[in-house]
Amino acid sequence: MNVTIVDYNSGNISSVINSFKEVAKDKVNIEVTSDLNRIESSDKVVLPGQGSFKSCVDALNNISGLVDTLNEFAINNKKPLLGICVGLQMFADVGFEETETKGLGWISGKVSKIDNQNGKYKLPHIGWNEISIVKDSKIFKDIENYSHMYFVHSYEFVPEDKNVILATTDYSSNIVCSVEKENIFGTQFHPEKSDKTGLKIIDNFISL
Amino acid sequence: MLKNRIIPCLDVKNGRVVKGINFVDLKDAGDPVEQAKIYSDGGADEICFLDITASNENRKTIYHVVERTSKNCFVPLTVGGGVRSVEDINKLLNCGADKVSINTAAVQSPEVVAESSKKFGSQCIVVAIDAKKSGDKWEIFTHGGRNSTGINAIEFALKMENCGAGELLVTSMDKDGTQSGYDIELMKIISSSVNIPVIASGGVGTLDHLAEGIKSGASAVLAASIFHYGTYSVKEAKQYLASKDIPVRI
Repeated sequence: MNVTIVDYNSGNISSVINSFKEVAKDKVNIEVTSDLNRIESSDKVVLPGQGSFKSCVDALNNISGLVDTLNEFAINNKKPLLGICVGLQMFADVGFEETETKGLGWISGKVSKIDNQNGKYKLPHIGWNEISIVKDSKIFKDIENYSHMYFVHSYEFVPEDKNVILATTDYSSNIVCSVEKENIFGTQFHPEKSDKTGLKIIDNFISL
Repeated sequence: MLKNRIIPCLDVKNGRVVKGINFVDLKDAGDPVEQAKIYSDGGADEICFLDITASNENRKTIYHVVERTSKNCFVPLTVGGGVRSVEDINKLLNCGADKVSINTAAVQSPEVVAESSKKFGSQCIVVAIDAKKSGDKWEIFTHGGRNSTGINAIEFALKMENCGAGELLVTSMDKDGTQSGYDIELMKIISSSVNIPVIASGGVGTLDHLAEGIKSGASAVLAASIFHYGTYSVKEAKQYLASKDIPVRI
């Protein structure tokens, strides 16, 4: 099996690569590429994302044909895709970081700044927070409710259809921190930096 | 609920772990990768490497250390010391660092903070502020605490927040290496002045000092000696904080 991490100049993906390789060992081939054919023929795709919503969308669009290939993979072929952090946020229709920017539109909703309640909450939301699992998912197999995950973000995904929400975390309000829509999965937190529990989520995705 | 972070810091020189007392008198004490792994297995919320003599010596050793660490530790890794340019930051991130802390360059060329936070995201840019009390103010120092600048620490903290820093790592030069506790006034005034998280650093000698650091408003507490010389384990530190009703990840 091939799991492809999309390398589209979205910032630092070394940790994502290291964690997937650690979990995959020799069982699964982890590829890191922006090659459209290799992405399309892959069994599973990981879409990381660091930096701003706009910088990630711009970086996707800078690689000619990449968005079409991802659409083909996730929407037409319905193969499993995991978005991490801004990778998840880009599932939305629109994001408001820096300036209003169109997302992939895979899961209806918007990405807006976390309400810091007039400075009561520091932003970015950095550190370990508990996740509250609201819906069963294969990617949360053997993950205990209220497990700690590592977060770093200032913006949150607000999906229109609440049924896509897998888990939330409490920071200022109940922030959506994981979603699932058919074959599309996303985590706002960083499983690659969430120690053994995070690696288990990666393992669950690889084992889908 | 977001937990308060405990961050063990390893001072690294030529690829080996050392811990400076007041930034001098170094003792060699081990392999950084092994140490980092012990810390992350013990529940450290993040790991911090400070390449202490990086300004003057060959820097390549740190890249190799970061590379090996990131393949063995799956908690966030911050690397600082001798980071001068956007290219230095890029290299460290590519080796597997999750955040890079910038000290001297942030003072001399704040555009490095602005550019890098725009390029890589604020989440990986930590500005390290070394401050020393001077009258009723705090002055920042550069070059590992060797050079005075005349710059007010609070004004600088606000400036760095505006430049796009994701976090501030605030070290009291007066307290560092003394094991007499953080400079609580400094931590209080900086964390209440900015809207980004503050990591308190410099002076931890007891577990109660960690609790005081969190109560001062810092989001995270950094310590080196108490963990490195085995006075306390990270787990003991967390249990102590939990017993004081301070939320930590256990």
